[in-house]
Amino acid sequence: MADRILEVRGLKKRFPARAGLFGRPRGWVKAVDGVDFAIHAGETLGLIGESGCGKTTTSKLILLQEPPTEGSIMFQGRDITGLAGAALMAYRRAVQVVFQDPFSSLSPRMRVEDIIAEPLEIHTDLERAAIRQRVAAVLELVGLPSDVAPLFPHEFSGGQRQRVAIARALATDTKLIVLDEPVSALDVSVRAQIINQLEHLQRTLGVSYLFIGHDLATVAHISHRIAVMYLGKIVEHADSDALCARPMHPYTKALFEAALPSHPDDRHAATAVAGEVPSAMNVPSGCRFHPRCPATMPICSQVEPVLQPRDGGGEVACHLY
Amino acid sequence: MSFALRAGETLGLVGESGSGKTTTCMSIVGLLPRAARIVGGSVLFEGEELTTKSQRELRAIRGRRIAMILQDPMASLNPLFTIFRQVAEPAFFHQRLRGRSLRSRVQHLLKAVRIPSPEWRMREYPHQMSGGMRQRIVGAIALAGGPSLVIADEPTTNLDVTIQAQYLDLLKDIQRETGVALIFVTHNLGIVAKMCDRVAVMYAGKIVEQAPVRELFDDPKHPYTRALLGSVPKLGNKDPLYAIPGQPPNLASLPSGCAFHPRCPEALPRCADEEPIDFHPGAGHAARCWRLDEHAAASHGRSHS
Repeated sequence: MADRILEVRGLKKRFPARAGLFGRPRGWVKAVDGVDFAIHAGETLGLIGESGCGKTTTSKLILLQEPPTEGSIMFQGRDITGLAGAALMAYRRAVQVVFQDPFSSLSPRMRVEDIIAEPLEIHTDLERAAIRQRVAAVLELVGLPSDVAPLFPHEFSGGQRQRVAIARALATDTKLIVLDEPVSALDVSVRAQIINQLEHLQRTLGVSYLFIGHDLATVAHISHRIAVMYLGKIVEHADSDALCARPMHPYTKALFEAALPSHPDDRHAATAVAGEVPSAMNVPSGCRFHPRCPATMPICSQVEPVLQPRDGGGEVACHLY
Repeated sequence: MSFALRAGETLGLVGESGSGKTTTCMSIVGLLPRAARIVGGSVLFEGEELTTKSQRELRAIRGRRIAMILQDPMASLNPLFTIFRQVAEPAFFHQRLRGRSLRSRVQHLLKAVRIPSPEWRMREYPHQMSGGMRQRIVGAIALAGGPSLVIADEPTTNLDVTIQAQYLDLLKDIQRETGVALIFVTHNLGIVAKMCDRVAVMYAGKIVEQAPVRELFDDPKHPYTRALLGSVPKLGNKDPLYAIPGQPPNLASLPSGCAFHPRCPEALPRCADEEPIDFHPGAGHAARCWRLDEHAAASHGRSHS
C-alpha cells in the first residue's frame, strides 16, 4: 500500500448562487472547502457524511466532471487538473465510477454487451472479437454468466444491474473506482452480495476504491480508512478500525450515536445530536459544527480548528484536542 | 398472514421490496388499488371489522383513528397549501374545529413534533422546509385526529442519519405521551432493533417469522431471518457478510412449496413441494419452516441434516 494512486490537496469548489437564471451571484455555495486526502493502491477510502457535506461534489471533481476552483488532484504523481488530449483520455480510462441507482445509470436502449464495450471502443483500439472477449471476461469477474451479454438492462434485477455497472467500470485497465453509494438503492439481501463482490475484486485485481456513503456500518465494513466530511471539510480521518474504536470529533461521535443498533440491547440512551446541517451558503463562523456541537466552547465560534494528529493515527480538527 | 397489535405497542413489519409490506398496510386502511381485492381474512380494529366497511365509513376512521406516515414527505404534502391548512385539515373535518381553537390545535401539534416557532412556520409552504422538518409536519398531520394506530411506511428512508435518529426519538416520545400503537414498515433491521417490541418478517407475501424483538435477534428460527441478520454489516466486525444467493422472487410466479426454498441454505426435499405451516418454538414466537417440524422428523425419520 506504499504508492499513492490519488492525492488531493487543498481541493475547493464553489458554485455561484444566483437570484434568477441570469441574475448576479448573491453569494457562493462552498460545496468543497479545502479537502486533502490520499488513496493508496489496492485500498478503499470511505468518505462519509450527510447530504450537502460535499462528498458527491468531491467525487465529481475527481472524475473531472467539474473543474475545481482551487487545489490540485494528483494521479500517480501527476496533476490532472490541466490535462488534455491523450493524457486526459488515459486518466479517464484509469478512473471509473459506479453510481447509486443502477436503474438510471444504465441506458435502457443499449444491450449489456454494448454498455460494457463502450469504454473499450472509446479508450482502446481492440478488434471486435477482442472486445467481445473482454466483455465476457469482466462479466465473469462480477459473477454474471457471459450469455447475459445480449440482454437489455430491464431484464435484470437491481443487484444484477449494479454488477453490470461494476463490469463497465472494470472493463478498461481501471486503477480507481469511485463508488457513489453503490448499495443504497439495493435490497438488503442483495447488498451483501455486492459488498462481498467488491471486496473480492479488490483482492484479486488490486483496484482502489473511493467509497462514498452515509451508512456508517457499511462504510466501516468495506473501507481501510475513513474520512468524515461536514459542510465541505474533512473533520476527522483515520484507519477504519481506529475510527470505530474511538471516534474523536463530536460530529463523528454524533454519527456513531445516530447509527442504528445491530441488536435491541444496543439501544443507546444517548440523545441524537440536535439541529440540521446548515446551508453551505452561510457556513457558521469558526468551527462549522459548533452550532450543533454538544461540547462547544467559546473559542469554537471564533477560530476554525485545523486537522491535527489524533491518537491511534489519523487526524482530527477539533479544539477539544 | 395474521398478526395482532396491542394499544401502545410497536410492531415492525420487515421485508424486502416486493414482499408485500406496503400492500398489507394498504389493506388495513382500505386503500388498495382498484384491481386488488382482499380475497379472505379479516382486519379487526378496536373490535370492529374493517374489510366489510364502505369507503364512506372508512373515511371516518382514516385520519382520525388510524393514520399513516409515508416515505416521501414531499409526495404526502401539497406544495400549493400552507402548512397550517394541511395540518388543520384532519382537525377541521374530524373534530370540526374552527377559528381560534383550530389555530391553537395546529400550533399545539407543530409543537409536539418540535417545529420551532410554530406560529410563524405554519404560514409557510413545504418547499421552505428541510426534509426532516417536512417529515415532522407529516407526523403532525398523522397525529391531528388523535389516532390510536399510526402506520409508518419507511418514514425515514429519505432522511440523513442524524435526522433519522432525531425523528425516531421523536416518534418514541410521542408514543410514550399518547399511547398510540405503531406499525413500522421497514427493510432496515437496525430500525427494528431500535424501535419495535415485536417483529414480523415478511417474504413473498407471507409472514415467515414473528417474535418479540429480542427473541428474534437472539434466536431466529427461520433461515430467511437468520440470513437477513447475517447479511447486515455490523460496526467493529469486518468478517465477510453472509450473502443470500439469488434474487427475491416475483410474486406473480412464486416457487412451489416454501417460497424461500430456492435460496435457502437449509432446504429439505419436502420444502420444494409442501408449503410450511406455522410452528411455535416459543411463547409469541411463530415461524413457517419445515425445519421446526421435529415431530415429523422423529416419526418419519425425515431429518436431512
